[in-house]
Amino acid sequence: MSAPYSEACPSVKNILLLDSDGKRVAVKYFSDDWPTNAAKEAFERVVFTKTQKTNARTEAEIAMFENYIVVYKFVQDLHFFVTGGDDENELILATVLTAFFDSVGTLLRGNVDKREALENLDLILLCIDEIVDGGIILETDPNVIAGKVASNSIDSAAPLSEQTLTQAFATAREHFTRSLLK
Amino acid sequence: MAQPLVKKDDDRDDEAEYSPFLGIEKGAVLQEARVFNDPQLDARRCSQVITKLLYLLNQGDTFTKIEATEVFFAVTKLFQSRDLGLRRMVYLIIKELSPSSDEVIIVTSSLMKDMNSKTDMYRANAIRVLCRITDGTLLTQIERYLKQAIVDKNPVVASAALVSGIHLLQTNPEIVKRWSNEVQEAVQSRAPLVQFHALALLHQIRQNDRLAVSKLVTSLTRGTVRSPLAQCLLIRYTSQVIRESGNNTQPGDRPFYDYLESCLRHKSEMVIFEAARAITELNGVTSRELTPAITVLQLFLSSSKPVLRFAAVRTLNKVAMTHPMAVTNCNIDMESLISDQNRSIATLAITTLLKTGNESSVDRLMKQITNFMSDIADEFKIVVVEAIRSLCLKFPLKYRSLMNFLSNILREEGGFDYKKAIVDSIVILIRDIPDAKESGLLHLCEFIEDCEFTYLSTQILHFLGVEGPKTSDPSKYIHYIYNRVHLENATVRASAVSTLAKFGAAVDELKPRIFVLLRRCVFDSDDEVRDRATLYLNTLGGDGSVVETDKDVKDFLFGSFDIPLVNFETSLKNYEPSEEPFDINSVPKEVKSAPLAEKKAAGKKPTGLGAPPSGPPSTADAYERMLLSIPEFANFGKLFKSSAPVELTEAETEYAVNVVKHIFDRHIVFQYNCTNTIPEQLLEDVIVIVDASEAEEFSEVFSKPLRSLPYDSPGQTFVAFEKPEGLPTVGKFSNILKFFVKEVDPSTGEAEEDGVEDEYQLEELDVVAADYILKVGVSNFRNAWESMGADCERVDEYGLGPRESLAEAVNTVINLLGMQPCEGTEVVPPNSRSHTCLLSGVYIGNIKVLVRLSFGLDGPKDVAMKLAVRSEDEAVSDAIHEIVASG
Repeated sequence: MSAPYSEACPSVKNILLLDSDGKRVAVKYFSDDWPTNAAKEAFERVVFTKTQKTNARTEAEIAMFENYIVVYKFVQDLHFFVTGGDDENELILATVLTAFFDSVGTLLRGNVDKREALENLDLILLCIDEIVDGGIILETDPNVIAGKVASNSIDSAAPLSEQTLTQAFATAREHFTRSLLK
Repeated sequence: MAQPLVKKDDDRDDEAEYSPFLGIEKGAVLQEARVFNDPQLDARRCSQVITKLLYLLNQGDTFTKIEATEVFFAVTKLFQSRDLGLRRMVYLIIKELSPSSDEVIIVTSSLMKDMNSKTDMYRANAIRVLCRITDGTLLTQIERYLKQAIVDKNPVVASAALVSGIHLLQTNPEIVKRWSNEVQEAVQSRAPLVQFHALALLHQIRQNDRLAVSKLVTSLTRGTVRSPLAQCLLIRYTSQVIRESGNNTQPGDRPFYDYLESCLRHKSEMVIFEAARAITELNGVTSRELTPAITVLQLFLSSSKPVLRFAAVRTLNKVAMTHPMAVTNCNIDMESLISDQNRSIATLAITTLLKTGNESSVDRLMKQITNFMSDIADEFKIVVVEAIRSLCLKFPLKYRSLMNFLSNILREEGGFDYKKAIVDSIVILIRDIPDAKESGLLHLCEFIEDCEFTYLSTQILHFLGVEGPKTSDPSKYIHYIYNRVHLENATVRASAVSTLAKFGAAVDELKPRIFVLLRRCVFDSDDEVRDRATLYLNTLGGDGSVVETDKDVKDFLFGSFDIPLVNFETSLKNYEPSEEPFDINSVPKEVKSAPLAEKKAAGKKPTGLGAPPSGPPSTADAYERMLLSIPEFANFGKLFKSSAPVELTEAETEYAVNVVKHIFDRHIVFQYNCTNTIPEQLLEDVIVIVDASEAEEFSEVFSKPLRSLPYDSPGQTFVAFEKPEGLPTVGKFSNILKFFVKEVDPSTGEAEEDGVEDEYQLEELDVVAADYILKVGVSNFRNAWESMGADCERVDEYGLGPRESLAEAVNTVINLLGMQPCEGTEVVPPNSRSHTCLLSGVYIGNIKVLVRLSFGLDGPKDVAMKLAVRSEDEAVSDAIHEIVASG
């Protein structure tokens, strides 16, 4: 990534989904700017504390620090962030954020909170995987992204009749435990 | 992540804390991963376990090599399942585990099978996974499939192949470059994202071929690029082509400008903004080119979306640095952004306004900022403080309100960096605006009364010691300084003692009182404080006799330490205790990598306290001291001016030489800074032979050769000329570098015995009229002009002929005269037909000169100029006219 910005492809440095305490729900780094987990956590802490007090619930907000541009949006107890280099086109980053935010909304059927997100972590991770590949934007249309991710889960949510008895039993047990835990 | 069981029970009551991963533990999950080996695969269960593994990795857990290998092998078994969802999770975890090359082989065949599957999802993902984990050897095997995939009718598959191509180009460029035909076809795809990825890859394949990039841009800017992202890319590539086409085109008919401008009317904001930004960043952009871009950015300023407002204000802020006038139209929109919820936007708006504001709006702006300062973070405050500092230098008349603002915020809460930025700003204002000195120093004094930062206190005390004695009433600072001796820690006390001593040395009438104070300090509890007090009492003659401080003492107290600390440290370490005392004059003064001249060029603008008393004068001081240390120059009198270094060689030649012209009243000294860039050579007896046949009034009096010039260690040789006293004599000099070359054995670093005489032709050197004028600014030009009076005024008019622009004409005249532009009048507003520029300077012989230049456009390009000169001497006023007439 040594090419000057003007010749470089737009690139995303990371996508972060944190909870209302700044803890990770799902994160994905596409850049070597943060080589260790400690560096990543330090960055997340800075991002979280600097944006915590802002109101990014209706419109995506934006901040700049440590030579990064961060666009972000919050809903319930979830904080969505997309980071880019300081000379990246802010509106491209905002488009990626919208793609992430809206497709997660669709995948979680509107119940966008930390608990739902963790229970469907596989969908969230697949979603990030469909938006950016190695820093390059793969897709920005939330419906297309959600469609690609959801098509995967159709099969696993196949009707009970097509599952083996053990599978059906496992599913039932899982539903039961889950409802108990609630 | 492992939590005690009891805790888990507690959490179960607290519904908000529920997490499906509560109590998750790596060991247990790895155990669970054994289900991957079941003959009867439970796809759902397996997916869950993979999710858990991914969760662990995501939280920062790491697997050992053995664990990762085990998981990887178990995962490969899952290719047996035909469950779509599970397969997706398998792809994901393989990428996360990033297997080693010998492990990759295990999954290659499965992935290659998926690459040819009928299911698009499999094809797309298998390509991405395989390309991520593969190495070059495997790539040739799958190349055929990848080329097919690039032109696949399914856009997801095509994009997957193209994006993988972009990544692979870094590691296997020769393979990816073979795909150009397919990639070119994909650029024409109807699917927007495919077009974007194809364009990015095509450009990267061709990026080293300027002609090909130019052709690509030419053809695409005419056609239709559908995807906004691809459009943004095309804009970036277009700016690259414009930049590389260089300066050979006239401004006004820049190629592709029309394309950029048409993008300003695109329906996607992303594209509009990219185009607007590209236009503002064009080299030497004209105001006519800027206008449409500024207009769309101005519209963005009032958008409801913070991201748009931020992007626009950030770009306008950058434009304001180079074209402040172009941004003034947005000032009203900008002012409403001061109260923006988003503090980044507000700060950018403020600093932009500070850059574009005029003298009359300063007070109103300051009022708005005062309200705003209290609720922003320190890092933003620093930005504002720096903007205010440059504003104050631009409008020195407004120093009172700006200085007040700075002193007010200095009293408020704030961290070290913020306080340091304020103090630095005040210090710079004190140095550059003489009227601001006394009030500025008092603000600093008040600040150290209650300053929690030792570093700032000591720096301010040092600064007070230098500047305080020169004020009208030095005694009023004494109690602030002496208070430090009572109230502060040892470091601050010691530096307060030094400051007191400086007052004592510089102001004779204060001496008796200073002695009383210093004698008290002798009883301090800290040894450094006691030592300093004793030392100063002795050097200043505090034993009772009040004598005038002699020069040595002043040098000791005020002279700066002109020996590089590194050299000093080495010399001290090498010194062996003996009868002979350590001689500070034995320390080499040559700095290894940076000669004096370059140090100035490389250094940033004066950064306040950290820097020695202001940038350029300090270089002059350094030059003066250096020249005085050469006995032959000692009787030349006071150094009037040292020019900036002039390069006499091309960059990257064998020997790099630049010259600094030192002007004295009756002499001129050329200081040749030489650097030998050949490691295998040692140069000896280096001298510059100067031919002054085209400079008749100069006669060479002395030259000082450089004994030895080793590789990469700059050295200086000097040549001095005599010239008519006090006159701005000009001339042209040709130079030849002469020396003995000795071969150096690179392995041992030893030079051979015998040298060969050699010469090296240098470029010619001019001594021009501007060398005899010092750039010295005045804070209030009108007052200075009027107090100078019209006695020695000379006015005349000149036709400058056709010029590229008014600004270019103004610059030429400023450079010709080498004088200091005042009150920001060197900036010509775009589109103006006339301009007045104010200059001030000091002419050789220490005669103040003020110049008022009025320019006007006469016809389309012809520039006419009226030159009014006032000085303390008619002859000097005439001389300035002569410079212009002959220039």
